[in-house]
Formats: sequence, C-alpha cells, structure tokens
Amino acid sequence: MNFILKMAWRDSRASRRRLALFSLSIVLGIAALTGIGSMGENLRRTVELQTKSLLGSDLAVTARKPFDEEAMKYFRGVGGEVATEVAFATQLNFTKGAGERKLVQLVAMSGGFPFYGELVTTPAGALAQLADGQSALLEETLLVQFGVQVGDEVRLGAGTFKVAGALKKIPGDAAVIALFSPRVFISPAAMEATGLLKKDGFARHRVHLKLRPGVDGDALARTMKERFQGARFQFDTVEERKRQLGTTLKDIYSFLSLVGFVALFLGAVGVASAVHVYIKQKVATVAVLRCLGASGRTGFAIYLVQGIGLGVVGSAVGAALGVAVQFVLPVVMKDFLPFEVELFIAWASLAKGAAAGLVICVLFTLLPLLTVRRVSPLVALRSALGETARLDPLTPVVYVAITAAVLGFAILQTGHWQTGLGFTGMMALGFGLLGGLAKLVSWAAKKFVPRKPLTYVVRQGLANLHRPNNRTVLLLLSLGLGTFLMINLVLVRATILDKIMGVGAGARPNLMFFDVQDDQYPQLEKILKDTGTPITVSAPIVTMKIASIRGQPVAELLQDETKVLTRAGAAKEAKGGKGGGLAARFGGGANASQPARDSGRIPSWTLTREYRSSYRGKIDETEKISAGQWIGRAKAGEPRVPVSVEEGLAKDLQLALGDEIVFDVQGVPMRTYVASFRTVEWQRMQPNFFVLFPEGVLEPAPKTFAAAVRAATPADAARAQAAVARELPGISAIDLALILQTFDGIFAKVAFVITFMAGFTVVTGIVVLVGAILTGRFQRIKETVLLRTLGATRRQLTQIQLVEYAVLGVLATVTGGVLAIAGNALLAHYVFKTSVSLPVPALLASMAAAVAVTVITGLLANRGVADHPPLEVLRNET
Amino acid sequence: MSDQSMLKVERLTKTYRTAAGGDLTVLREVSFDLRAGASVAIVGPSGSGKTTLLGLCAGLDRPSSGTVEIAGESIGEMNEDARALVRNAQVGFVFQNFQLIPTLTALENVLVPVELAGDSTREPEARELLGRVGLGARCDHYPVQLSGGEQQRVALARAFMNRPKILFCDEPTGNLDGDTAAAMVELIFGLNREKGTTLVLVTHDLELAKKCGRIIRLKGGVVVSDEVA
Repeated sequence: MNFILKMAWRDSRASRRRLALFSLSIVLGIAALTGIGSMGENLRRTVELQTKSLLGSDLAVTARKPFDEEAMKYFRGVGGEVATEVAFATQLNFTKGAGERKLVQLVAMSGGFPFYGELVTTPAGALAQLADGQSALLEETLLVQFGVQVGDEVRLGAGTFKVAGALKKIPGDAAVIALFSPRVFISPAAMEATGLLKKDGFARHRVHLKLRPGVDGDALARTMKERFQGARFQFDTVEERKRQLGTTLKDIYSFLSLVGFVALFLGAVGVASAVHVYIKQKVATVAVLRCLGASGRTGFAIYLVQGIGLGVVGSAVGAALGVAVQFVLPVVMKDFLPFEVELFIAWASLAKGAAAGLVICVLFTLLPLLTVRRVSPLVALRSALGETARLDPLTPVVYVAITAAVLGFAILQTGHWQTGLGFTGMMALGFGLLGGLAKLVSWAAKKFVPRKPLTYVVRQGLANLHRPNNRTVLLLLSLGLGTFLMINLVLVRATILDKIMGVGAGARPNLMFFDVQDDQYPQLEKILKDTGTPITVSAPIVTMKIASIRGQPVAELLQDETKVLTRAGAAKEAKGGKGGGLAARFGGGANASQPARDSGRIPSWTLTREYRSSYRGKIDETEKISAGQWIGRAKAGEPRVPVSVEEGLAKDLQLALGDEIVFDVQGVPMRTYVASFRTVEWQRMQPNFFVLFPEGVLEPAPKTFAAAVRAATPADAARAQAAVARELPGISAIDLALILQTFDGIFAKVAFVITFMAGFTVVTGIVVLVGAILTGRFQRIKETVLLRTLGATRRQLTQIQLVEYAVLGVLATVTGGVLAIAGNALLAHYVFKTSVSLPVPALLASMAAAVAVTVITGLLANRGVADHPPLEVLRNET
Repeated sequence: MSDQSMLKVERLTKTYRTAAGGDLTVLREVSFDLRAGASVAIVGPSGSGKTTLLGLCAGLDRPSSGTVEIAGESIGEMNEDARALVRNAQVGFVFQNFQLIPTLTALENVLVPVELAGDSTREPEARELLGRVGLGARCDHYPVQLSGGEQQRVALARAFMNRPKILFCDEPTGNLDGDTAAAMVELIFGLNREKGTTLVLVTHDLELAKKCGRIIRLKGGVVVSDEVA
C-alpha cells in the first residue's frame, strides 16, 4: 500500500498540470451540481416565502360568524402572531359627480397582516392613515373606474370617509378575488361606526396566523379541524396556495434536478475521456513496473489512487466553487437578478453533490483504468504491442456499477424512480448510439475513402478516423454526449419556459368582464377593440342545476346519507368559492371535496349547486381529455347530449363514462350523458367550466358572456374599464393584475433561475468539449511533430486537423442534436406534462456552436505543437 | 560459476495468431541450460526471435509450449502475478530504450524494485549504486534531464538494485554511441562479475557477444548454433 501511495504521488508530479486540466470538467460539473443544489434550496426557500405572500400568513381560518372567545384563545395559544380581518359586501357611495354606487367588499384589519409579502399603496403609507377612523383605502380599480382622487370623499353606511389612497397590491389576493368585488379598507372601529356590520350576517371573519418556525401549517389545520369540528371553519394554508401554482413548482425542481444530473454527467464524461487518454500515456510506465515485478493489481491501484485523488480534489474544489458562485454571483449580478436570494449554505445539498460527484468520477475513471490491469510487461520490449484486445471480465461489472450509480443518482436527484430510469435509459441509449456510430465511422473511413480524387490532407484527415490510436470513439462519445446534454438543456429550457409563460405572463388575460348580456356582447366587443384591448377569450355561460343522475332524482339522492355527505357539502357551500381564482366564479373549488371523497360519498353541494356551464366546439389549451371522447357538436335529433365533465367533479359525483345526467336548464330538462372526462388547469386565469356542452344545443338558452382581455399596461386596463363602465354600466369588471403580479413574480424568478442554471451547465459542457479535445492533443502530438519533421507545413497540418475535427464535430453534433430532440420530447411528455417546444433557431445555433467549438478548439490545441521546434516536442513527449 | 542451473529452457515454442487467422511460429523448440554466474549472448538477424526468447526467459510472456525454469522454479505454468513476484525477486532488466519511468527521478527509478517488494529502507544502497554508475550527483534528476547514456546507467543501477540472480539485457548499447556503449559494457560486465549475476544478453553486436562466455545463434526462430565464446 505504501508503495502504491508513494508511486501514485510521485507519478502525478510531472502530470499535475495535465491532471488539473482533466479535473476541470469534474470541478465544473460538481460546482454546477452543488451550486444547483444550493441555489435550488435557496430558490425553494425564496419561492416558499413568495408563495406565503399568496396567502400573507402561514394559516388563515375563515368563519361566517365572529370567532368566539374560546377559538381566539386557542389561536393565540398556538404561538406566533395573530391578525384578524372582517369583510362583507356593501354599497360604496361616491359623493362626487352623479353620486354613483358600487358593490364593494368592506374590509377591516387589525394586527400585523400581511406577515409575508407587502401591501402596496399609492401614496405609500396610506394604510397608516386608516387609524384616524375617517379614512378609507380603495382598490385602484375603483379610483380608475369612477375617476376618484385621493382626498375625495366616499360614503359607507352612516360614515363618510376621505380616500387616503389606492391599494395596488395585497397578499392574499387569490382568496379575495373569488368574491369578485373590489375592496375598500377602513379601520375596525370605523367599520363598527358605519353600523353596517350585521351580527351573524354575511360578514366573513378571518384570523391570520404567523406560525413559529418549524410549525407545520397543514398539520395544525388538521388539528384545528378536529378541535372545531362543528364550527364550519375554513382553513387556508400555504400548501393549499402552492397547489394553485399548479405543477409549476414541481416543474422547476424537476428541471433543476435535470440540470444537476446533466452537469454531473458532463463532468463524468470529461473525466472519463481525459483519464482514457492519460492512461494510454501510462501504458509504458505500467509495463516497466510489471517487468520490475509489480502485479496487475498494483499498477491498477496506483492509478486508481490518482483517480480517487482527482475525484476528491475535484469534488472539494467543485463544491467550494459551487458555494462561491452562489455567493459571488448575486453580488456581481445584483442589478440583473429579479429577486433577492436569501443566501445560506445548503450543507446537505453540498455534501450530496460532492459525494455523488466523487462516486461518479471514480466509477467513470475505473473504465479506462481497467486496461492497466491488462498491460503486458512485454510492452517494455515491444511498445507496439499495446494492451490486449480481449474484453476484461471486470468491464461489464464496471458498466453495471456505473449504470447503477447513474440510476441511483438520477432517482436521488429527481425523487422519482420512473424519471430516474428514464434519464438513465436516455443516457444509455445515447452512449450506445454514439459508440455504434463511432465504430461505423471508423469502419467506413477505412473501407470507403478513395485515394483519388482526394488530396493528401483530406485523405490523412479522414484516415485519422480509423488509424491505430484514433480518437473517433472517444471524441464522438464525449462530444456527442456533451452536445446531446447541452442541446437538450437548451430545448428543455424552451419547453418549460413556454409552459410557465403559458400559465404565467405573456398573452394571458388580466382583465375580465362578466354578466355581459347576449345583446351587449357586440357593443362590448367594439368598445374594447376601440380602446386597444380586444377580447382574447370569451365564453357563453348558461346556468343550470342537476335534476337527476343515472335516473335518480337529486331530491331522492339527498335523502340517502349512505351516498351523500350532507354536512361536508354544506360546509363547502359555506366556503363561497375556495380554490383557484375564476374556478370559483364558474365552477367552484377544484380541491374542495377531499373529505367527501375520502368518505366515499357524494358531497351534497355538487348536487345542489347552480352550475355555470358553457358550450364550445373544441376544448382549449388549458384542458385535456383524460377519458372518453370529446364531441364538439351535438348531432341533430339525438335524444341525449354528450357532455364533458371535469375530472374532480366526476370523482365527487362518482360518475362513469356513459352515465346519464339530466340538467334543469332554467326550467327546461335536458338529458345528457358523460362522453368524456377533462382535466382543467384551474390556475389559468380564464373562463373554465365543470361541465362543457357541445355546440348546437344551448345556443337558444338565456345566457350571459364572460370576456377577457390582455391589457398591456395598468393605464390600458383603466381606460378599458372606464369605457365599459361608462357605456355598459351593468357589466362587472375584475382587474386580475393584482393577483397576476404575485404569480408573475414567482414565474419570473423561476424563469431566471432556469435560464441561469442552464447557462452555467452549458458552460460546463463547453469546458468538457474543450477538455476532450485538449486531452486528445497529447495522443497526436508525436505524429504531428513527425509530419512536421518530414516537411509538412503548418497549413497542411491545420487542414488535416480541420478535416478530422469537422467530421467528428458534425457527426457528434448531429447525433447529439437528434438525441436532444428525442430527450426533450420525452421529458416534455413524461416529466413536464406539456407540449414540446422546438425552438429551431436555438437548436441550429446550438449545433453550429458545438461544431465551431470542436473545430476551433481542435485547431487551437494543436497550434502549440506546430509552434515549437520538432526536436523540443519530441524530447519532451518521450 | 556454480553447477546450479539458473535458467533452464526446454523445447520452447512461441506461436502467434495472425490477423488473417493463421499461425506464425516465431520460436521453435529452443532448449538451453545456463549455470549460475554464467553469461550468454543471444544473437541473430532481425526477426530471428531473439527478443521473443528473452521475453519468455524473463517471464514476460507465456510460451505456446515448452518450459522455462528460473532458479529451479518453473514459470511457464504461473499466472502473470506469480511471474511478477519471480521477476521482482530474481530478475533484473536492461532495455534498449532504457524504459525509465519518466515521472520519477533517477533515485526513485532505482528504488522501484525494492519499494515494490515493500522495502523502503534501501535508499543509501540506491545512492551508492548510482554513484557506482557515475551518477551520484544526478539522483534527483528526471529522465528527461539525462542523456541517453546516463539514462541507461540509471537503468543498470535499477537492474542491480534488487540483487537479481539473473540479468536480462535487450540490446543494452543499441541506442548509445561508441564511447558511451563501451563504458556501459564495462559497467554491465563489471557489476555482473562483482555481484555474481547470471547474464543473458540479446544483441546484434558480435563484439559485445564475444564478451559473454557463450553465444547462442538464432535464425528463423530456431537455434542454429550454441557455442562457447
């Protein structure tokens, strides 16, 4: 052992610069991995914090009557901070102008709400003025719509208030938006003074809790549900709000996992190719050691120690670099970062990254190292003998170990064995394809390259692809896998950003109009077009109730407590639209029925509620048919109408495909059957429905319309609202900008992190490409010098290399590109569950860049050789 | 010279499989016996099988048939690791192209055989050996910093470091100029006499061969003569 360590150390002395170059790829790979791990953790915390601002607190408890002393005592006893809020609908009277009135939500808050996020007013600090009991804070939309200025007076019940300012943003918007009326804030005392607050009336009482660190809001909510079983409280937690963000958070973490995997794999590929070349140069040394009595194991152990040393140093430096990047970058890029990252060292991520890096590095080193065991001592006598061509029995074992390690790491990274298996399978496929292609290219270069009419340099360049000591397999594998992973990342980035932007900003509507009567619609369309905010989405709405299911009348069903969960249903009804944004307006909360589902009974509210259904010829991008068949147009004369039911509701109603539902459409019974189930992205702020009818049935029924527009600026939104309010006063408008701001804030952060991490990993990939080519330089240095000695000009040498690198670069890039497209499609389908994006310009640019990097690095790497006197190089390299 | 047999070769044959699938016999039925302390030169034209014979005798390769015994131990049946132990304990090498490990200093190169055997106490002896070959002041130099003759002298010091019973030299002066070669020959034979080592020398150089007690001539893989010099 002593000799092995000593020899490994001594032998490394002369190669340390080269070893440093080799380790650069693993250093960067691990830096990216640990950086991503830590940044991911940081991002997770930041987003968690941001997500908390969707609610403004850790836990909100809502009731329809004031909380009694016992409940308040309990809330205060939980620890942390408590804030209260009372809100109810009332008329706001404008004293200015024609004395218009508007239904608003009057809100009074006490305590430190919001605990997370910020309440933004214009002018800043307007909230503090409420304490005087004579000021009111109005949602900005009211000021815009009714031309009210700060300082104007408004009346609420018996009280007159001075407008202290405009409310621009408040955490917890998502909940309030469901009430669909603008808010007016006054102090609790002032609310009392208005005389509007009715005991046990329609007021909504809410307690916000900021919990002590480490207290699980969800668990506490469950305990409270038990504790206050009969009280009909509604609980909102941050987790619940996170569900509103849909799969976006899951997607970002999946993407970060992918980036980490790619970074480490790139590093491993870089190390494997470098060690392969390194070991080739050590064959003579190993042969001499064998002659002098070293066993195969000893030779192997010497270089394994070096490999482990490389891995340990690479992991440590990489981890340190990962931390440094994380700390330095936000400082350097302070002005560009769209958010403040709360920096901390995620030790667990760091240790995980460094350990995984070390294991993967050592395993990938083992593969080329195995040849050391087989080096014959005869090589010392006849250097041409090289290593044996026979397969080392340990080679398959190492391959299995590498596969197991990669799989284990992929599962650890993604948290899902299927995804991990997919990642590993894709890598294995890439490895196999590139290896096969390399063999094919070598064979074809030997078999089919004609002597004429090719020039010497072209022939020599092509011959380099098959001659002994060729780098075809090595470079095609490393370049191909490198470009595959990098381009894949570029494409996946586009796919996921498209998905996020589809949910987030972009062309999504941010101003909605409701209760538009049939005959008002053309006028509304014209007004909005004239104001420069044309309607982007609209939907007809027909109200109806369920009369019977599978032939059993609803009234009869409701009597059967074995089938229907009545109390829970009543509780849900009392919630008044919990869940995702507009879902509440049209359909109700998508997640509202869990207790009923758990009990195996139908929640009664699903049977008794009024359904706002629509009809369409096709499903839109926020929906997906999960079972059955979508029928966009009803056949004339068909006795039953095919409808599509949202999956969650179908579960609540325990529906199967083909089940008959009779709807009472404003007095007219309509027989339908369930033709399909649909998943709906409720978090998309646009009209979505529980029940969708085909075209050709509901058109004659009395209906209203909902229409949505995308206003580019708040001023545009204000102009559109004012114009509609002026000409069609009965139409309600909801400015979604407030809630969208919070969502978009999160999506902007996510998009930035995705772009940054992808960029960082692409840099790692480039280093791997450069490293692979630079290490290849040592393989060819002797023959390049010999050619020079024999009279080859620099130009000829350059052309020979240009041919070789161009062929390898193009082949590797095309194969990598094809694999990347396939990988992106699979990831889009199975991991991100979205349609695939293929940004052709980015794809072509990436491929061109990969070829350029290969060729330019290849030429630059060999430039030094041609610059030195042949004798000097020959002497140094012997 | 004692009566003890140090190297015994019997009916040694080596056949290689060619790329075309045929067989190529490079050494056929070679037999000889060498007493401890004796010296033998194996001579013959290029391709006659000299180096193959040397490799087989030194346990660097396995014969297709026949046996090789070093100091009474048959090495033909041993696996590679067992042969490595025999080499480490009994054999010294001097190669035509020196075969120093480029990443080790002269002293470290000389120490490799004993350190491999787990003995790390013999640095003074290694320095002395380097002094004997005239390189006492060059102990810390790397091979690339030494001339060809100096490198070969380091190789010779290394060859004697494990006190081998038998020394194999493959064209030891093949890469050296006349004066340097002569000095090298003096050193090889001087140390050989001093240490009582058996010497097997492969060479083209008949003058060098004549310095050995015995000359075996090979042609086409067959011994054509075996005579006392």
